[in-house]
Amino acid sequence: MNDAVISTRNLDHFFGTGDARKQAIFDINLEIARGSLTILMGPSGSGKTTLLTLIGCLRDVKDGQVHVLGHELNGASEAVLVGLRRRLGFIFQAHNLHESLTATQNVTMGLQVHGHGDAVKQRKAAHHVLDLLGLADRRDYLPASLSGGQKQRVAVARALVSNPEIILADEPTAALDKESGHTVVQMLKSLGKARGTTTVMVTHDPRILEMADRIITLEDGRVISDELQ
Amino acid sequence: MSRLLTLLFGRLPIGWLQLTHSRGRFFAAVAGVAFANLLVFMQLGIMGALNTSTVAPYAMLDADIILSSEDGNTLTDDGHIPRARMYQALGVAGVMDATPLFIGNLPFTLEDGSSVSLLSFGMDVTKPQFSASSIAPVLSKLSLESTALLDEGTRGMPDSVVEELMSGGRFVFETGGNTLTAIGTMDVGGGFLADGMMIMSDQTFLRVFPSRTSGAPNHILIQTVDGVAVDTVVARLDAALPSGNLRIQSMEASASNDLAYMATERPTGIIFGFGVFMGILVGLVIVYQVLSTDVADHLREYATFKAMGYGQPFFLGIVFEEAIVLAVFGFIPGFFVSMGLYAGLVSVTGLPVEMDASRAILVFLGTLAACSLSGAIATRRLANADPAELF
Ligand SMILES: Nc1ncnc2c1ncn2[C@@H]1O[C@H](COP(=O)(O)OP(=O)(O)OP(=O)(O)O)[C@@H](O)[C@H]1O
Ligand SMILES: [Mg+2]
Repeated sequence: MNDAVISTRNLDHFFGTGDARKQAIFDINLEIARGSLTILMGPSGSGKTTLLTLIGCLRDVKDGQVHVLGHELNGASEAVLVGLRRRLGFIFQAHNLHESLTATQNVTMGLQVHGHGDAVKQRKAAHHVLDLLGLADRRDYLPASLSGGQKQRVAVARALVSNPEIILADEPTAALDKESGHTVVQMLKSLGKARGTTTVMVTHDPRILEMADRIITLEDGRVISDELQ
Repeated sequence: MSRLLTLLFGRLPIGWLQLTHSRGRFFAAVAGVAFANLLVFMQLGIMGALNTSTVAPYAMLDADIILSSEDGNTLTDDGHIPRARMYQALGVAGVMDATPLFIGNLPFTLEDGSSVSLLSFGMDVTKPQFSASSIAPVLSKLSLESTALLDEGTRGMPDSVVEELMSGGRFVFETGGNTLTAIGTMDVGGGFLADGMMIMSDQTFLRVFPSRTSGAPNHILIQTVDGVAVDTVVARLDAALPSGNLRIQSMEASASNDLAYMATERPTGIIFGFGVFMGILVGLVIVYQVLSTDVADHLREYATFKAMGYGQPFFLGIVFEEAIVLAVFGFIPGFFVSMGLYAGLVSVTGLPVEMDASRAILVFLGTLAACSLSGAIATRRLANADPAELF
């Protein structure tokens, strides 16, 4: 299984301390293959987001192990975590765009985290991804003058522009209309084939389920089903 | 602007874009910094005028060492020393020449009936080498009884009188029961010390100040022999002269002691120092308020950037960038408005309030430092940006 870019062993996670301490993730053991499109499903409160933030180095792993791109997260230093985050792409449910930056500038932020490069090249790369997502005529708009779906697509472009090795998405299509939701997932899937980009996505969207390589269902913090398509 | 900053930083100027995005807040912040700058400039300007006027009389004199009484805190304070010290000093090796200096205040009633005070210097007119090169050539003319040189910057003096004097005319006036004739002008400027200044011979001085005697001048000026260090002569004088109620200082030391005294011991100096402190405090608080609100308003964006892999230096960079933008944009209007107010102050009060480059640079650097300090405090709020809360 050396092709697994993400693997977890006996992963637990607790929220709160003392009497308020509550377990949200129970003994999760997963291996996710490079280039695959995996979907996480489950009722509200089942721990999907928590699992995603643990894999994404946004929450500290304290019980059990999580291996991401060859690094153990349990006990990892902040420097290792920051380094890993740069190799990941996040698509949040909310777009979280910076209101003072244009679409192109927001996307450029996804590149500049890797160092200060040639500004012209960065603009070109940002324009390319925006064009692919159908935003060619919105490049220099501020978020305030974009529709909800357009903003979400800019956020997708920001996550994809730096060619991340893993994309973690939490209900990214909720804010998208049917067609652009389909386009985005199609892009993620073809990135998986072409570049080996691995995607883990939380979604309830039935149209997307068909496109997944694997569907994992959580309930009360445990994996209750794990199907390869 | 944004392009330029991109080139400068090698990254998008997020701080600049963020600040200028909310125009209202940006202008309020800039106005705040400008106001703080204005406060500081005004205090420093008046303090500078105080300093300039404190040492202005030194510009009329040309000497290396000054002997003074310990009673006077500055050159123009009261206090006499025995003229015998002059003869004793002349016997010390390295002393070339010495002369007494008399100082007193004369009231002068203007045409409109208001009264001003003239700080009057009595000098030995046979020794013009002790006065500044602009005064020395005309000093001998003062050997005529009851004549004086009048400061052309004297407060309330009609322009016609000054013009008359400058074109070689005369101006006769009454002062303290005596009639004096001004036969020329000099350019000193009274500032804080007096409304104007006047130079006359020691003989004339003793006539208009009947209570003063030739045996007790205010100071004794000494010129040293070329090639002997002034400090060496000061030390020799210290050893040779009786020590009771006598201060022996080089002219430079005397001037800088006068400045230090005015700045730290006199209420005016302290008040202006306090004003500068208040200005800095106002600036600090305003910039801190703006920057910390700005950080708080953008926590979500910062959390997103953290999730993308940006580290702490990046966020500190944004906050400092904002601090510097505020410093620069606040300083520019602050500087120009201050220049305007300086000009106004000069025309209303006649005080020597001037903007000099070193003050402008100092205030600018201070503004940068204060803004950065506020920024540094504001960055503590960054810790609240938690990317785990984004989903
Ligand atoms: N920051 C937190 N502090 C305390 N408890 C939390 C926190 N975040 C999540 N939880 C709890 O952990 C459990 C799992 O939450 P999680 O957000 O992972 O669910 P989810 O599957 O993403 O649900 P949804 O579909 O509604 O987004 C829930 O019981 C939730 O109440
Ligand atoms: Mg969730």
